[in-house]
Amino acid sequence: MSMFDVMGIASSAMHAQSKRLNTTASNLANVDSVAGPDGKPYRAKQVVFQAQQMAGAYSQGVVVTGVVESAAPLRMVYDPKNPTADKDGYVAMPNVDAVEEMTNMISASRAYQTNVEMLNTAKALLQKTLTIGSQGA
Amino acid sequence: MSRLDDSLGFHQTALGLRAQRQSMIASNIANADTPNYKARDIDFRTALSGALNGRVGPLALSTTAGGHVGGMAAATVPQVMYRKESQSSVDGNTVDMDAERSAMAENTLYYEASITFINGLLRTMQSAISGQ
Repeated sequence: MSMFDVMGIASSAMHAQSKRLNTTASNLANVDSVAGPDGKPYRAKQVVFQAQQMAGAYSQGVVVTGVVESAAPLRMVYDPKNPTADKDGYVAMPNVDAVEEMTNMISASRAYQTNVEMLNTAKALLQKTLTIGSQGA
Repeated sequence: MSRLDDSLGFHQTALGLRAQRQSMIASNIANADTPNYKARDIDFRTALSGALNGRVGPLALSTTAGGHVGGMAAATVPQVMYRKESQSSVDGNTVDMDAERSAMAENTLYYEASITFINGLLRTMQSAISGQ
């Protein structure tokens, strides 16, 4: 039943986009975290999307295949008073780009909204299908 | 009975294809941010005429001699085509959200139209049967 596939596809996309929103939130929250749980500076994280074949022949959902850390160089800030400063007085700060994260956030929330709309449309169409042959229709 | 089947069959086929197309559009929208995903769609006119001429479903190989091997191909119709790219992107994704959204609205409307047609046909049959 193709119309139920639509719901599966839309929910897979919503799941993936909310994971993306999660990493964005984590990146923005840790924009100034000098040390993570391992003692090293926090590195920006990004999700990796991949198309996934669903039950129906024509339906492809999305799946998050993994989370990768940004390879961008850490931000070096000169602050000799800081206890984590190196011998030259520089502190390694996270490589989070706040502007990039904000655009990522907007993109993820718009994509999420579109998929919610897709799900609602499929639901409305299925309900309409159920009215076939009823007296009032 | 066949008359009933004939009149409803067209709309039933159209409805099935509309639902399939909806799931392809949903796939395109879902994969709007997936690298290297190529947007796909079907040509509805070709798909519908193909389905009505019985070209949908398993295709069997005809065996004309004793030594021939029979075979069944998977359902090949409707033929899935890649959408033409309007603006290229660095990650190789070809989903154009405007095109997908308008295709979704159009497909939704046609699906509802088919349902309305079916309901109208059923009402016609009903009044013909009751003879009032």
